[in-house]
Amino acid sequence: MRTLVVLAIAIAALFGTIVAGTQFSKATLVPKLALDLEGGTQIILTPVLDTGATVSDTTITEAIRIMRQRVDSSGVSEAQITSQGGRNIVVGIPGKPDQATLDLVRKSAQMRFRAVLNVAAPDAKSTSATPTASSSASTTASASPSGSPTASPSATATSTAAPITQPTDTPTTKPTSASDPAWVTPGLMAVFDGLDCTKPENRRGGGADDPARPLVACDPTGTQKFLLGPVELEGKDLSSADSGLKMGPNGVVTNEWVVNLQFTGAGAKKFGAITTRMKPATPPFNQFGIVLDGLVISAPAVNEPILNGQAEISGGNITRTSAATLANQLSFGALPLTFSVQSEEQISATLGAEQLQRGLLAGLIGLVLVVIYSMLQYRTLGLVTVASLVIAGTITYGLITLLSWTQGYRLSLPGVAGIIVSIGITADSFIVFFERVRDELREGRTLLAAIEQGWERARRTILAADGVNFLAAVVLYFLAVGGVRGFAYTLGLTTIVDLVVVFTFTHPVLRLLARTPFFAEGHKFSGLDPNQLVSAGARYRGRGQVARPALAGAAPQVADDGPRLTIAERRAAAARAQAAADGNDAADAGSASSKGSDN
Amino acid sequence: MAAGFAQWGNDLYSGKRSYNIVGHRNRWFLFSGALVALAVTFLLARGLNSGIEFRGGSQFLVSNVSNTSQQIATDAVIGVERAAVPLVSLVGGNSVRVQAGDLTADQVTAVRSALASGYGVATSDVTSTFIGPSWGADVTQKALRGLVIFLVLVAIVMTLYFRDWRMAVAALVALGHDLILTVGVYAAVGFEVTPAGVIGLLTILGYSIYDTVVVFDKVRENTAGVADQKRHTYAELANLALNQTLVRSINTSVVALLPVAAILFIGSFLLGAGTLRDIALALFVGMIAGTFSSIFIATPLQVALRARERGIAEHTTAVLQRRVAADVAVTASGVPAAITVSAAPLHAGGHLGTAAQPKRKKRRSPGNPKR
Repeated sequence: MRTLVVLAIAIAALFGTIVAGTQFSKATLVPKLALDLEGGTQIILTPVLDTGATVSDTTITEAIRIMRQRVDSSGVSEAQITSQGGRNIVVGIPGKPDQATLDLVRKSAQMRFRAVLNVAAPDAKSTSATPTASSSASTTASASPSGSPTASPSATATSTAAPITQPTDTPTTKPTSASDPAWVTPGLMAVFDGLDCTKPENRRGGGADDPARPLVACDPTGTQKFLLGPVELEGKDLSSADSGLKMGPNGVVTNEWVVNLQFTGAGAKKFGAITTRMKPATPPFNQFGIVLDGLVISAPAVNEPILNGQAEISGGNITRTSAATLANQLSFGALPLTFSVQSEEQISATLGAEQLQRGLLAGLIGLVLVVIYSMLQYRTLGLVTVASLVIAGTITYGLITLLSWTQGYRLSLPGVAGIIVSIGITADSFIVFFERVRDELREGRTLLAAIEQGWERARRTILAADGVNFLAAVVLYFLAVGGVRGFAYTLGLTTIVDLVVVFTFTHPVLRLLARTPFFAEGHKFSGLDPNQLVSAGARYRGRGQVARPALAGAAPQVADDGPRLTIAERRAAAARAQAAADGNDAADAGSASSKGSDN
Repeated sequence: MAAGFAQWGNDLYSGKRSYNIVGHRNRWFLFSGALVALAVTFLLARGLNSGIEFRGGSQFLVSNVSNTSQQIATDAVIGVERAAVPLVSLVGGNSVRVQAGDLTADQVTAVRSALASGYGVATSDVTSTFIGPSWGADVTQKALRGLVIFLVLVAIVMTLYFRDWRMAVAALVALGHDLILTVGVYAAVGFEVTPAGVIGLLTILGYSIYDTVVVFDKVRENTAGVADQKRHTYAELANLALNQTLVRSINTSVVALLPVAAILFIGSFLLGAGTLRDIALALFVGMIAGTFSSIFIATPLQVALRARERGIAEHTTAVLQRRVAADVAVTASGVPAAITVSAAPLHAGGHLGTAAQPKRKKRRSPGNPKR
């Protein structure tokens, strides 16, 4: 009883929050829908090279990846990003995106080389090592190649405003070079300490940094944060980048993967100057950070001055894939690419309103069929199933609405599919429970005892099965992108709701109902009529009475030296004997029950 | 009907009526093997018709339309290529964007003229272009990585929960069976594979394992004390578990299938909600396969694996020998010989709770307080 009250209060609180949200914030009473169901804004972008050269397929792929990184990090909104005609990028954003989101998409992706002034752990307020204290000289080139960034959930409400990474206070002493620690002002240090790279919204990128000022940036995986000096080398100074196996000193191919950089003439001169300056410096001043779209994709240390414009990034943890990825990113960054907006239009839902309505109508018909079926199967008990499903549906609806407000979640068709399937999985919990209760009734327990015993066994099954489902949801959510994430989100949500409902609604309600005469006396339509379930064996009725079904014919006596038969075995043998005797309905013989006094 | 069903459930529970699924497991393995082979044949012969989201395709833009009904565009494209379900959306106020996967040059021309006549505009108002996949290789790659990690974790979790790696193996085999069958049906029917369909497939993954876990939990419960008794073999107890959960399996799959079937048959075929049909098909086939495989593949396979175990094999032999001896004795005493196995619940002697104790009416003694 108490759990029921708690559940009612929780549901009231859930919807109260949403209603309060509509009053004081921008929450809505219906969940927001994704691109396929609601439509949104379609932006067609053309990547433009300053040189006027044609954009290659790999460049488009890399540009799409960067777009996805920018858009996906701002929540589970399921934006759609495609290439069009081999040279355009089409970005579909559900609903009416705000100005900040649009700016984020339009920004050009720039690659710049900056000197590293400080490196620290990714979380905020970590004590950053003072630059001069570090004395470990790096003898081999270290590199932090980054694969494609992992999409992670944003735990907080997303703000599309870019974090401040470039405070405007000027150094007191004029820095002599880009690596000069004098660049690090107290204001800059405070920003550096405050930056939390473990939060995905800080790893969204966006390349609108001022080249003349220092920059605070994360690496794409959120494992490190960097304080970088002003820009020393632009992407256009790099002529090409590729990955390959390292050549040994005597021309032998080794087993180590490296990324080869080829600078242009002007770039080679600048790079030579940088490496000459950095070579004798102590870490981290001997490192330079390669910043693509506002994220440090690699920060190799300098082994020796490189004057011929041919550099090589190597390191123990570079694999074939990570080398190829880095080379792709560098090649992409080598192009001074900007995105020009071709068109920005409202588009309607791709599924079509008519289609969706028909689908929902069909789903509704299906639900009515479910109600009819459970009434047929479980009689009045079916109403408990239906009520539980209604409660589960209400909670799911409330949670989705709440999350679409706080987290920017949007319901897409796959999400709806997840919910439809969840009807089955939720109803299964009740079915497992009811069947267990019936099993216990068949064994002759009274209703209350049967519910408690059945619940104990069903609970274990429900927990195990839901646990596996929840595991699937969590793994897919954290590792997948796009539509799969939206699906995983819904699956996880409905699994939890299922557990909440079966624990705090179905079980308590059944216990309450068991006290009513209608169920306790096993009314014919209660779905728990012991007389329908009793044929399994003698049922102890209490007060020293045993109800046992009538046996047609004499039960065969067991030979003294044989094993003791169970009641069911004896009855089965009787049924066979009967069938052999007169060859007609032996199966019905056990269904009529008679009461007998039997101490 | 329900009463008959309940009666049937009683008989299954008590063992009065029993389907020997585990005993005939080779038959079911053969049957499933044939189905899987058929699915693979279809897959190899016909291949999958992957949708525009995976391969890219043609995009048409119809400008200056007055009637913005999306159905016109759907009909125009399906009239040219039946398998292609187009994505139609309104762009701006008076344009319709139609995306359809993989059309030949002739078909593109045909669709253009069909769209022009459907919307009543000049053919020059219909432009076509090629668009790339929105579900790129990176999305697939990440989804696959998630899948592999999930399967490994599920294997570990199931091994820990059931304390038996064979159950994890059997569940994964059943899962593979479900996925192959579902994909095979896709290939056979020739429906376009869309992201919604792929997500339907992922849903099947969850459902199949869920269903298997529910059945295995009953098997675990029934066979918990298998070594402590000499009446039934492991296989018989597992088979009893299957029979006892049969009613549950049927009820669950009916309840889960009803909404999906409604969307697939009423929605897609009668009402014409074509875009929902791919996900509904994946769910429909997958759920049937999932229920089937939990009963006819996972448990029998698990029993087959356990039967090789030394302890279980010795126990089975002991039970069978004992039974043969008893059988002979019974026959000698003139009673009909066929005492076959109808495994009654093993926990028959359990305490039924204080509520089942005799109650004294309106009288209380100090030693027997109320309830």
